[in-house]
Amino acid sequence: MTIKVEHDLHRRRFSRNVGVGLVLVAFICIIFGLTVVKVKQLGQMQAFDHVVRPELVPVQSTGQAPGGSN
Amino acid sequence: MTDATILERDTEAQFGDYFALLKPRVMSLVVFTAFVGLLVAPVQVHPMIGFCAILFIAVGAGASGALNMWWDADIDALMKRTARRPIPAGKVTAQEALGVGLALSGFSVVMLWLATNLAAAALLAFTIFFYAVVYSMWLKRSTPQNIVIGGAAGAFPPLIGWVAATGSVSLEAVLMFALIFMWTPPHFWALALFLKKDYDTAGVPMLTVTHGRRVTRQHILVYTLLLAPVALWLGFTQIGGPVYLTVAVLANAWFAKGAFDIWRRDEDRAEADKYRVEKAFFQFSLLYLFVHFMALLADAALRAFGVI
Repeated sequence: MTIKVEHDLHRRRFSRNVGVGLVLVAFICIIFGLTVVKVKQLGQMQAFDHVVRPELVPVQSTGQAPGGSN
Repeated sequence: MTDATILERDTEAQFGDYFALLKPRVMSLVVFTAFVGLLVAPVQVHPMIGFCAILFIAVGAGASGALNMWWDADIDALMKRTARRPIPAGKVTAQEALGVGLALSGFSVVMLWLATNLAAAALLAFTIFFYAVVYSMWLKRSTPQNIVIGGAAGAFPPLIGWVAATGSVSLEAVLMFALIFMWTPPHFWALALFLKKDYDTAGVPMLTVTHGRRVTRQHILVYTLLLAPVALWLGFTQIGGPVYLTVAVLANAWFAKGAFDIWRRDEDRAEADKYRVEKAFFQFSLLYLFVHFMALLADAALRAFGVI
C-alpha cells in the first residue's frame, strides 16, 4: 500500500473530526467561563507575592493609629 | 477489527450519527424541564452555572440514551419506529454506542458535581443508572408496568435542576417529578394503542400485548385522573401562581376528557377512524407537559417583576 498524505479515510472522516474539534473547543470555553465565575464567587483574595502588605503588619502599641497625626 | 476492515466499511459514521445516539428529541424535553426546575427554584443561580448545569444534565440524559440504544439494538431493529436508529441502521457499532454512553455518563456526573453540587450529581448518576439498568435492562422486557416505573427516569430532570440550584430536595421539586411521572403512562399507552404492531413484533410486554387493549384504555383513564390532583397541587405551592393554576385546570379537564373518550371506545370504532381519538390524545399529551412547565416559568417571571 502506498503511503499517501491525503488518504480517502481523511476525507470520509473530515466532518467527524471537525465536529469533535468544535466540541473540544466549546468544552474548553465552558470550563474557562465556569472557572472565572466560580473564582469570582469566592470574593476578594490576595496572594503572597513577596511585597510588603501594610495591612498584615501588626499595629504598634503606641496608642496611635497607623498614619495618624501627632 | 483491523485497519483493513475499517477501510473496507462502506459507510463512515458521521458526527451526526453519534449525536443521534444521544436521542436529541428526548434531550430537548430534558433541557426544557431541567431549565424550568432550575429557574423556578427560590435561589439565584449565576447564568453561567445554570447553563453548565443544564448542559451536563442534558449530556447525562444523552448518555443514558446511548446506553439504551446499545442494549436495545436487537429490538430496535424489529420496530419500524426505531429501525433507523444508528445501530440498527448499521452506522455505529453497538460497542461504540456502549463506549460513548459510559464515557459521557462519567463525564456528565463529574462535571455536574464540579459545576453545582454533589446532591445534583448523585441524582443524575442515579437517573442514568435507573434508565439504563433498571428500565432498559430489567423492566422493559419483563413487565407490562415498564412504562410506569421507567417514567421515573424521564421525571428526574426538573428535580435535578432544582437541586442544582438549591442543593436540596423540597415538596415543589417532588411535585414536578410526580407530574412527569404520572403523565408518562397515559402518554405512552396512547402511543402503544395505535403503534400496536411494533411492540408485538419486538415482543416487548406492553400493557396492550399482555393485558389487552380494554385494560390499557382503563389504565389510561385511571392514571389521567390520578395525574390531575398532582398537577393542581403544584399550583398551590410557592412556585405555583394564577397562570399555572388556570393552565392546570384547563389542561387537566381537556386531558381527562380525552382519556374518558379513549375509555369509552372499543377497538372496532378505533379501527374505523384509524385511532383518531388516541392520536389526538397523544398529541395533546405532548402539549400538556409543555404548557404546564411554561406556566411555571410565566409565574416565576411574574414574581420576578413583582406582579404577584
